[in-house]
This record gives sequence, structure tokens and C-alpha cells, in this order.
Amino acid sequence: MELESKDAYSGQDAGQKSRNGGFRITRPKGGDSRALWTLVALLVILLSGRLISPNFFEIRMVNDRLVGSLINILDSSAPYVLLAVGMTLVIAVKGIDLSVGAVMAICAAAAVVLIRNYENGATAFYFQPGFVILITIVIGAVCGLFNGVLVAFLDLQPIIATLILMVAGRGVAQLITGGQSPTFTNDAFAFIGRGVVFGIPFPILIAVAVLIAAIILVRRTALGLLIESVGVNDRASYYAGIQARMIKLSVYMLSGMCAAIAGMIVAGEVKSADPHKAGLFFELDAILAVVIGGTALTGGRFYLAMSALGVLIIQSLLVGLYVSSLHPTTNLVVKAFVVLAVLLIQSPEFRRFITKPFRRTS
Amino acid sequence: MRSRYIPLLMTFVVFVALYLIAYSRFSSFGSMRVVGNLLRDNAYWGIAAIGMTFVIISGGIDLSVGSVIAFTGVFCALMIGRNGWDPLATFAVILTIGTLFGATMGFFIHYFKIPAFIVTLSGLFLARGMAYVLSTDSIRIDHPFYKQISDLVYVFPDRGRFTFAAGMFLLILIVGIFLAHFTRFGRNVYALGGNSDAALLLGVPVGRTTILVYALSSFLTVLAGIVLSLSKQSGDSTIAVGLELDVIAAVVIGGTLLTGGVGYVIGTFIAVMTLGTIQTYLTLDGSLTPWWIKIVIGILLFSFVALQKLLSSRKRVQSAKEQLATAPLPS
Amino acid sequence: MNTSGQETKPLLEVKGLSKVFPSTVALSEVDFTLYPGDVHVLVGENGAGKSTLIKLITGVHHKDGGVILLEGKPIEPRSPRHAQELGISTVYQEVNLIPTMSVAENIFLGRQPMRFGMINMRAINQQAKQLLRGFGLDIDVTRNLSSYSVAIQQIIAIVRGVDLSAKVLILDEPTSSLDRHEVERLFSVIRSLKQRGIGIILITHFLDQVFEIADRITVLRNGHKVGEHRLAELTKVQLITEMLGKELTAALDNKQVTAREDGASTKPFLEVRGFARHGMIEPFNLVIRQGEIVGLAGLLGSGRTEIAHLIFGIDQNDQGEAFVKGEQVNLSSPRKAIQYGFGLCPEDRKVEGIIGELSVRENIILALQARMGWFNYLSRQKQDELATQMIEALHIVTPDAEKPVKELSGGNQQKVILARWLVSNPEFLILDEPTRGIDVGAHAEIIQIIKRLAQEGKAMMIISSELAEIVDYSDRVVVLRDRKKLGELEGNEINESTIMQAIAAN
Repeated sequence: MELESKDAYSGQDAGQKSRNGGFRITRPKGGDSRALWTLVALLVILLSGRLISPNFFEIRMVNDRLVGSLINILDSSAPYVLLAVGMTLVIAVKGIDLSVGAVMAICAAAAVVLIRNYENGATAFYFQPGFVILITIVIGAVCGLFNGVLVAFLDLQPIIATLILMVAGRGVAQLITGGQSPTFTNDAFAFIGRGVVFGIPFPILIAVAVLIAAIILVRRTALGLLIESVGVNDRASYYAGIQARMIKLSVYMLSGMCAAIAGMIVAGEVKSADPHKAGLFFELDAILAVVIGGTALTGGRFYLAMSALGVLIIQSLLVGLYVSSLHPTTNLVVKAFVVLAVLLIQSPEFRRFITKPFRRTS
Repeated sequence: MRSRYIPLLMTFVVFVALYLIAYSRFSSFGSMRVVGNLLRDNAYWGIAAIGMTFVIISGGIDLSVGSVIAFTGVFCALMIGRNGWDPLATFAVILTIGTLFGATMGFFIHYFKIPAFIVTLSGLFLARGMAYVLSTDSIRIDHPFYKQISDLVYVFPDRGRFTFAAGMFLLILIVGIFLAHFTRFGRNVYALGGNSDAALLLGVPVGRTTILVYALSSFLTVLAGIVLSLSKQSGDSTIAVGLELDVIAAVVIGGTLLTGGVGYVIGTFIAVMTLGTIQTYLTLDGSLTPWWIKIVIGILLFSFVALQKLLSSRKRVQSAKEQLATAPLPS
Repeated sequence: MNTSGQETKPLLEVKGLSKVFPSTVALSEVDFTLYPGDVHVLVGENGAGKSTLIKLITGVHHKDGGVILLEGKPIEPRSPRHAQELGISTVYQEVNLIPTMSVAENIFLGRQPMRFGMINMRAINQQAKQLLRGFGLDIDVTRNLSSYSVAIQQIIAIVRGVDLSAKVLILDEPTSSLDRHEVERLFSVIRSLKQRGIGIILITHFLDQVFEIADRITVLRNGHKVGEHRLAELTKVQLITEMLGKELTAALDNKQVTAREDGASTKPFLEVRGFARHGMIEPFNLVIRQGEIVGLAGLLGSGRTEIAHLIFGIDQNDQGEAFVKGEQVNLSSPRKAIQYGFGLCPEDRKVEGIIGELSVRENIILALQARMGWFNYLSRQKQDELATQMIEALHIVTPDAEKPVKELSGGNQQKVILARWLVSNPEFLILDEPTRGIDVGAHAEIIQIIKRLAQEGKAMMIISSELAEIVDYSDRVVVLRDRKKLGELEGNEINESTIMQAIAAN
């Protein structure tokens, strides 16, 4: 049908036209109110932090670097935001990526081993810090490719498929480092984790840049729409001509690449790679952040910026607890209850359960 | 050979092959000493793995295992070691707490329809967090009862030791097999994992079974924590981090389908012993680096999942073929 | 055959049963009576109300009007389990048992005989074996249910249902995937149940089977009961007439053959030769010309949807070749088919058509966007333009283009899927039951759209259970039965009676 021929169909009933004539082009409302509540939750946590510690909002310049609790929140959020970006896309296609923590360890180990070669005088171009970064991202992408092939082409359940790399990944990381936690001194590479630009810690800038790049990638191209379509109904999407398997494969690869960058940040921060501890349990916090941000584990609509907000909530909670007089050991308990509260509020069955007694009386 | 036994058979073949390789290299694998140690060293997480087997057969997952073991250890150490509680009373209290903890997770999963993965993840945070709250120090337990238990061994002629932990492991194994195959609860768990919609229609109490299965898993996990506490004679909130992964891996390698409905407690036992054998071999060898165990587990996991996929897709092709062959004839 | 049915008291009686769903009346004042020892067959096309009737009797849905009497007493089944406790068991086409458990365990699940506090496995196996032998089935009951064919699984499900003291047994399309021999076996089980005085409601779309096993037949159409017959009173043509069409006499007033000089050309758009897939459809030839509407007529299960799936690349042919505009093509995936200018509005809109959570706008531009690729993103302005245009052109009733499509009525969802293809300007559209479950107004509109598209020169292939509809718009009608193309009707030959006679012909 020619696009110009729209009148061909509308002659039948002129009344119909006026009924549909006055559209408003509006954005979906649901996302906005959820964003508001998540923001409120973040503010409540931050304000509680302020009540506990009067200088919680204070930001000072020390040695050309901004310091303060808020900066700490952002700084410690950086690797999680990276993971959450990849995880959000994976969850949007009804998947899950348990391996990101292990992939971080692999990539941190690989990067540090390569950089040590460079420090020890290896001259090959691929030991240059710039290339090391590139190679590390490629390694992350290969890990994601492995997961993606298992999920998209072998039709394994995402939990199992990514569990394989989650278990084996730390072994691979140890294999790369020879079981050690190698250290390095190269400042150029360490800049990823501990550099400062205009007073702002570099990891924050990386996280913001990747978040924005990802939002542009999915919202300025059709990728976001296709991802949501596959996540809601992959069969109908396939019938509409979408390459559902390729979409799934590519989000797992993106997730692996995000994990690679997060791994380098963590390695740069401490100038070493600990194959046991690097990225340990990061996947769980990333998944949590995505869920708190309102992207459902059942796939479909996804919200990248909201996932980042989810990360900030978790990290503010931790930093807030840290400055509070509460014993730091209560962190996990508080976290468990906050998480539980968020999950219960999101469960329609729970809301029905809670409102039942009220509905009966009315 | 029935296809439902093939994964189990594979598990057994892998175990025997690995054990023979180990034996050919270190003849001590033929002694009761190594066998006794294998049972003793792997008892605690083996017991937890038996609980996880039920959860996975029912179509669920339990990530809280490692944390619950740590919490149990710290609780016992604090109550017995510091506060001087009676050990048996302490065990009764912690087993009750654990069972209620699991039942609550099952309740949330069934009634609020929150994915098991997320509910038990919160359980992981909560249990580990409570362990930290109780104590961040490693606490020694110095109690005559603990001494008595550690003296409770049967010594084989070759000085191999059959310990209390090993006995407990075998006991739970037998109880687990009984529960899985000879009680209505056990059969309901299989039915639930096989097809939960059909199970509901066939009269399986789905809600009760879901709650019970998580309660059972947490009960056995606490028991695992007690066994570990008895053998270590101390409690530490940082132990068993990430243990749930090894446990899940063992259950899958033992031939239990992560999609639910199919699995064997005995398979899990063999898988635990397999992983234990690899560990022992690497320790004895010394030249082989310890990280290989993780990679080997990953490879085993992959092989078994791929095998299961192959079996189920072959079955699907077969049934598709049958359907084609049985298409209605033109009249 | 039970001829004494009339004198005995009815076992199950349904009077004036109605059910209204938000967009449609699924069942309207239906009466239905089942006598003990009778096989009462329910026939009708998809959407006729068969499954709604069954779901009301078994407590899956709750009635909006009427009464259900079991042995003279009114019942209100709350759930399938409750219905089963009342004595009404159902066996579905997809067997509702546990495939991963043994045959014996499936029969005794939840009521296992115990001994010393343990499940008595031996007793279970023995009793199961005996029970099945009673129905002429001698199999290894310790094997997994899934290792047996669907026919055996169904008999096992029946045995379980009957052993739970069923008075009424409902069999919902049990024979759709069985071969002749297996159907025979199932029927012998049904006959032995008749002798025990159990009343059986059977749903099937195989007419030969209806005439073989039924004592009584009720025909439903569009939620209404259109006839109830003793088998002896009924001929095949009569039955098909009631299922598909108006009264034969009324149908005979022919359609006017409109001249097609406007759009129809003789240039074939698609040609398939010897196309087939084993078990789905026997080899067939088909030509579809530009501007031509080809209707596929046949009962459910006749192979009509299978043809659509083969041509659209959802399933691959294992024989034959396809040509688009004279060039040989390989229809290996929907994406390929779309590249050749195909579009498909599938039969099951919810599962295969709409992307429920996404907005009307996104659903409309989806296929076009998929064809344009990831990076060639339609601007938001262009999307809004296309959506607005389609909403107006097809009269899609929605408050705005951002409404999630799952919240629209069935008719409007169908229009959204049509719009999805129209914006990508296809040359050939396959519509599988485009008017099913759609209210009368939208129905007429969709038929208008179909005719206009053909006038614009698009090739169309349309599957429908509404014969009157097919007669109305088709230039040519392909008649199918039992997964086989029987022939084609053209021009003046096309009317409801010729189609029905072609379907019923031996």
C-alpha cells in the first residue's frame, strides 16, 4: 500500500475519523511514576544519611580530587552501573547473566598479566596499555559470545548456561594469573580505576559515558525496540521478521563487554587482580539493581537509567550504613530487608494479599 | 536402557573412571583412609546438596545454602562456645530457625509469585548478614560434647577413619532416597517439577509441597552447618562463600535436570564424591594447580547440560517422528 | 449404540448456559443433555463455543447464566479438581499428566497405597497393570509416561479419571494426533466405558469418527447451538452445513461474480509445485496471482494452517519448489519470506501475532523496522505518522497510539497486525482466520479492507471457517480435507454448497 493512499480506507465512516482524530502523542505514563518512586527511595536513603552524619552531603577538594560521601557513592557505583547496563539488556530478553562477576575476574586477570609484560619490557604493540584495554574488551565479548551461543542457539536456560562460566570463570582467572594476585605499577593503565579528571574520579566518568552510550545505542537505533519485542514475545517477533537469536546473542556479548570494563576499573583501583575476589557477588547486586529499577525478570520493557538508579540506591544504602553508628556488620541484613521490601511491593500477588482485608470490609 | 537413567549412568561412569585414574596414580585411593577422608571432607556440603536436589527436582533453586551454613556455624559457636548453651538444645533451636527460614522462602515463592532465584538471593544476603551481626570473629568451641563426637570414630584396619560426619552423610543419603521415592511428599516434588499445571489438576498440594521443599532444603543445610561446626570445632561467618554454586553444580552433574521433574539423590551423592575425588587428587598431586578444579567442574557441568539437551531433543525428535507417522490417515 | 437413552434419566443436563467475555459472547443460552452410556459428540469450528462449554462444565470458567445439573442436582464446579470430585473427569488433547513419572505413578499420584508408612510401589505397579488390562492395554507400567505414544497416554489419563469414580468423562479432541489403529484402540476403550454406564462427551473434528462412535451429536456455531441429532437422523452434508454455513437453500443464492478488470492480473505472484512436508500436508500445487484472493476452505485440521506456515517459512517444506514472480526462491524462514514481500496474520493472535506489552505504534512499525535493520531507525516522527495513518485508515479503536496492544479488543488487535504488514508494503498477504473472535462491526470492516487490498493488486491467501465469508471475497477457493488438497473452485462454481459438497465428497 502506498503511504499516500491513506484516504482509501477512511471513506467508510467519517464519524470514525473524528473519534481518532485528536491523538495526543504521549509517552507511556507507567515508567514515569515508577521513576518517581525509585527517586523518592533514593532521596529518603540519602536524607537518612544526612540525618545520621551532618557532613554527608559535604564535598571537598583534596589534592585536586573531590572527596565526600556522595562522591564515594558514585565511585563505588561505577562498576555496578556498567554491569547493570549489560544485565538490563540481558534481562530484557528474558535472560539472566550470572557470569559477569567471573568475567570481571577473567578480564582483570588478563589485563594485569598483559600490563606486567609491558612493564617488564615487552615491546610488542599489543602490550601497550591502549591495546590491552582493547584486548580485554574483546575477551569480555568472547565470554559473552559463549553465553549467548548457549542461550540463543543451544536453547539452554539462561541460569544454567551462565552458571557454567560463573563456576569455571574464576578457575580460568586463576589459570591466567598462575594462582597469584599479580600487581602492576603502570599509571596509564591504573588511570582507569584511580584517575581523576577535573576532580572527578575517572570510573564515574566511564560509567556515565557507557550508560549514555548504551542509551543512545538502544534508543537512537531500533535495537531497543527489537530487544523489547523479543523479550515480550520471541515467537511473534520471529514471525515479524526479527532475528531473535541474533538479538539475544548480541545482548550477552554487550554484557560481557561491560563486565570487561568493570573488571579493568576494579583492577586499576587496587593496581592488581585478585582472581578470587575481583567481582565476587557483583552479579547479584547488578541483578538486584535491575530489578529495583523496574525491569521485570520476565523480560520486555527495560529501563537503563532506572537500573543505574537502582545501583545508586544499593550503594547509598551501603555508604549510609558505613557512616552511621550502626555496626557495619548489619549492612547485609539491612540490604536483605530493603530488597525484600522492594520485591514485595512489586509483586501484584502481595499487594492483593495486603489489600484483601480492606476490600472485604468495603 | 531407559533414557531416564542415562545421565545417572554417565555420572557413575565418570566417577569410576576418575577414581580409577586417581588409583592408578596414587595407590592410597585403594585404602579406607582415602575413602574415609572423602566421606568426612565432603559430608557437610554433600548433605546440603541432597537438600538442593529436592529443590531442583521441584523446579526451583536455592541460593542461600552457603550463607545458611555460615550462620549455623556462628550461631552454634556463639551459643555453645560463648554462652554455654547445651549443644543438643542449640542444635534443636537452630534447626527450627532454619526450617522456618526455608518455609518462609517457599511461602514467598508460591504465594507472591516472586522468582525463587530472587527470593533465595535475599535469603543469601539475610543469612550471611545475620552471621556477621552475630560475630565477625572466628569463635572456637570448647565443649566436651564436641570432643565426644570427634572421638566417635570407627577405625579400619588400615587406620582409615569412619567419622561421625561420614555416618551422618550416609544416613541423610538413605533418608533422602527414602523421602524421594517412598513418600507422597517425595512423589509430589517430582510431579511438581515434571508439570506443575498437571500436578495441580492431579491433586498435588502445590503450595504445601513448595513450602516443604524449601523448608527441607534449609533444614538439611543447617544440618550441614552443624556437621561442619562439629568437625571444625569453631564458627566463622566468612566460610562457605559461594558454596551454593558447587552444590548446584554437583546436583546437575548428578543427573538432576535443572528444568525439574527428573533427578536422583544417589546421583548427587556420586557427583559430590566425584568432585571430592578430583579435589583429593589435586591435593595429593601438588604439581597440578588447584584452580583446575573449578575449570573441571565447569567442563563437567557443560558436558552434562549438553548431554541432557541432547537426550531431550532426541526424545522430541522421536516423538515428532511418531506424531508424523501417526498423523490421521486420509479417509 | 444406546437406543434406550430416551427413557433413562439424564446424567448431565445443561440449560440455557451462557458465557460473556469482555469482547464477545462465547456461549449463548446453550442446552445440552448427556445420558448414561451415551457418547455425545460436540462439533463446531474453532470459536464455536465447544471449549467454552467444556470449561464451564469443568469449572475452568464460571457461567454467566443457566444451570448445570448432575444427576438432577444443580452443581457449581469451582475448579477442574472440584469437577473431578463431583465425578466429571476431563482428558485433554495435550495429556495433563506428568511426563517424567512412570505410568503407574501417574495413575496413583496423590492416592498411593501405603504400607509401613511407605509408598507400596509393588502394589501401585500391580494395580495399575490390572486396571489397564481391564481396558485391553498390556504395557510396562514402570516406564515413564513420555515413553508411550499420545494414544496410550490418553488411555492412561482416561483410566485414571474413570478410576477416580467418574460419572461423566469429557474427551477434548483426543484423536487429533492418532493414527487409524490408535483411534480404534481408543474407541474400544470408549465402548467399554459406555457399557459401564459412563456418559461421554467427545469433541472431535474428524467427521468419519463422529459417524463411527457417536450416539448423539450437538453442533455449535458462534456460541449458539444450531442442532442436536441422533446419529441415524443425520447425513454428512447436513452436518457440514450446520457447522459451516447457513441453510443450504439460503446459501444457494450465488455470489455475483464481479468483474476483476480493476486489480486482478493473470501474472502469478507465487507459485508452488509439489510443496509438502511429511505429516503436515501432502504435496500440492498452488498459484496465487497479483490482485487475486484465494480462499482456503476445509475443516480444522485439514491442513489449511499448515499450508500458511510452509509458505511463510515457519515450517520448511521437504518436497517441492516455490517461485516468486517466476524466480525460484527458498522460503526457509519468515524473514526470507518477508524479503520476498510476504506477510502473515497468524491464527493465534496472542501467541504468534501481537507483542502484548508494546504499544500500538511499536506493533505497527515492527515488521518494517525489522526489515530496515537495527541502525536504520525510523524517526519517532515517522513512527507516529505511520501509526496515526494506520489507526485512521483501518479505524483502529484506541485512545492513542501508545496504548499497549494487549489492552485492545480482538478485532482491533487484528487490525494492528494487518497494519504492521501494510506499512511495510507487502505484495502478498496470508490471513489465517482474520475474522475469528471479532465483533460484527470490525468483521465487516476487515472484509472491506481485504477487498480493497486485492483491488490495489496485492495477492492474498485467506483461511477462514466462515464459508459465507470465503464465498464473498474469493476469486478462487482451494478445498482441503485431512491434510490434502482436494481441488479448486473458480468463478461461478464458488458457493457454499459446492464447497461443502467438495469437503464432504468421498
